[in-house]
Amino acid sequence: MASASAIISSDAIARRFEALRAESRRALVCYVTAGHPSPAATVELLEGLEEAGADVIELGVPFSDPVADGPVIQHSSSVALANGVTLDSALELLGKARPAVPVVLFTYLNPLLAAGPDVLRRARDAGIAGILVTDLPLGADPRREAWLAESGLDFIRLVAPTTPPGRLAGICEHGSGFVYLISRMGVTGTRDDAPPDLAPMVARLRTVTDLPVCVGFGISTPAQARAVSQLADGVVVGSAVVQAAGESTGAALNLVRSMREAMDG
Amino acid sequence: MPSKKPSEAVTKSQQPIADSSLDRFGEFGGRYVPETLIPALDELTAAYADAMADPAFTRELDEMLRDYVGRPSPLTFAPRLSEHVGARVFLKREDLNHTGAHKINNTVGQALLARRMGKRRIIAETGAGQHGVATATVCARFGLDCVVYMGEEDMRRQELNVFRMRLLGATVVPVSSGTRTLKDATSEAIRDWVGSVNDSHYIIGSVVGPAPYPRIVRDLQSVIGRESRAQMLERTGALPKVVVACVGGGSNAMGIFHAFIDDADVELVGVEAAGRGLDTGEHSASLARGTPGVLHGSLSYLLQDESGQVRPAHSVSAGLDYPGVGPEHAYLMELHRATYVSVTDSEALRGFVLLSRLEGIIPALESAHAIAWITKNRGRWSDSDSLLVCISGRGDKDVAQVSEMDLLS
Repeated sequence: MASASAIISSDAIARRFEALRAESRRALVCYVTAGHPSPAATVELLEGLEEAGADVIELGVPFSDPVADGPVIQHSSSVALANGVTLDSALELLGKARPAVPVVLFTYLNPLLAAGPDVLRRARDAGIAGILVTDLPLGADPRREAWLAESGLDFIRLVAPTTPPGRLAGICEHGSGFVYLISRMGVTGTRDDAPPDLAPMVARLRTVTDLPVCVGFGISTPAQARAVSQLADGVVVGSAVVQAAGESTGAALNLVRSMREAMDG
Repeated sequence: MPSKKPSEAVTKSQQPIADSSLDRFGEFGGRYVPETLIPALDELTAAYADAMADPAFTRELDEMLRDYVGRPSPLTFAPRLSEHVGARVFLKREDLNHTGAHKINNTVGQALLARRMGKRRIIAETGAGQHGVATATVCARFGLDCVVYMGEEDMRRQELNVFRMRLLGATVVPVSSGTRTLKDATSEAIRDWVGSVNDSHYIIGSVVGPAPYPRIVRDLQSVIGRESRAQMLERTGALPKVVVACVGGGSNAMGIFHAFIDDADVELVGVEAAGRGLDTGEHSASLARGTPGVLHGSLSYLLQDESGQVRPAHSVSAGLDYPGVGPEHAYLMELHRATYVSVTDSEALRGFVLLSRLEGIIPALESAHAIAWITKNRGRWSDSDSLLVCISGRGDKDVAQVSEMDLLS
């Protein structure tokens, strides 16, 4: 654990984006649900994702009632819960794998609250660089938002297609690491169609923040990843990786490789 | 894009965050939802405030409640039950509303709000099917599209209500995830809304969910308490000693409690479902056995395990089979303004039969919990004490389920 926290300091995400920018490359952010399809497979994924081309890993904490997620991540969450995985065992899996890329803990608020006031320190000690809480939008709970903002972890905030322009600056001001732009309406999941026109949404964000902008939701093919990477600083792939991981770790890593190639090519 | 040094990028901002959900109940409530829904909740908050200040809106709501729902609902003195319990028992007859339960008080108001906001598609979740039927009904009345999410287990238990919703033109979507009951139906309704929020309004069926829903639903249901308070004064010249209502999410209870909150001498008692017994773990008693947590957009008491996973609830009554509870109930409990008790499935079933036999009123299994609590406590009051019990719905929907239990032998 100690060596992991020595590798990943609190500005690990910023340094990663800085390095990418110097190479004119875009970040590939990959989501995995901790404990899906098995705890051992999660360790393999965490170990293999950097080599496959991931720049940031989102480590999902399973939750019984994931209202922002579509069928693929819902299913992965219930598999992980059946495997007995909790927030703390997700941190243990991370400790075993010790990936060199920054890891963002991706969670709903309730498992985080249940893990106690000390949880953010435990996450930091385990090597977590940032935290994203799906159901804690700006202003929902200033006291707990301050708890996260002062934790030493980057606090990744989400912007939705419905977010009014007047709210964007506040969201970015109270976030760090990067801004997660939800590309379309609805819950997470793979989509065949192209996302709606992202250029105006990204441009609007650029006027209010210097944080890197990563785009996610419904990006499931290398062609989509390539298209999005031409507009944003990073591409988030969730359900597609989870679906492939359900087949095999190799399938998931191959998908990530093909996305990386499409983005760099 | 302008480049920023890493050290600057992680600098924490100094501006305090404004609380966007000021209408909390103490620490409970809030708006713990995906960012996508925040503008819709802001819009709803503004539209509701605007509507309530508009005499044309409140007039139309009052007319609908009178001419369509059939309000005011009667207050019925229950002579034989009174004799059995040893106190004067008055029943607030929400079972006599159009569609057979209190749920329509809320759906009429929210359908009018949806129309005012220009939203033509309505989403709802349902447990027992009463809220689903009440939503399908007002959608038919106002010509709105209606999609109701219902757990597969509840669709089995409440087949008749599934047919009623379909007859009324609603699409009933079976929910097969998780517990296949109200909890997962609610999650699925929220998922629909995250994708359809620009043209859809979510009519949540209880005093739960993100702000402003718990307040809006409570306000729309508070007609129950306003009427019964006036009816008690008119009938008995005094306020009741105790007001009793069942609590799942808690909308009929908040509705009847609200008018009495400032009457410090009136005891408010909410009856939760103890299911197979509080110590079996198979119950829906979120207030008695839960801990504070976040589910479906608000912070309240919740049945959950030590890692924050929501535990499945159990009740013989589909409408109480929910692991959470409205945040205002959590607040009233912490203030000691209301007391929360519970009765088991078998006690509730005895209450169901008892009210049928003594008063010729077949209550919903949900409401039978309130009856069961006063009969369980018979002898506790004096003959001159009056008890006001909310009969939140009628039991026709439960007859098939109960007939399989062979209770009458």
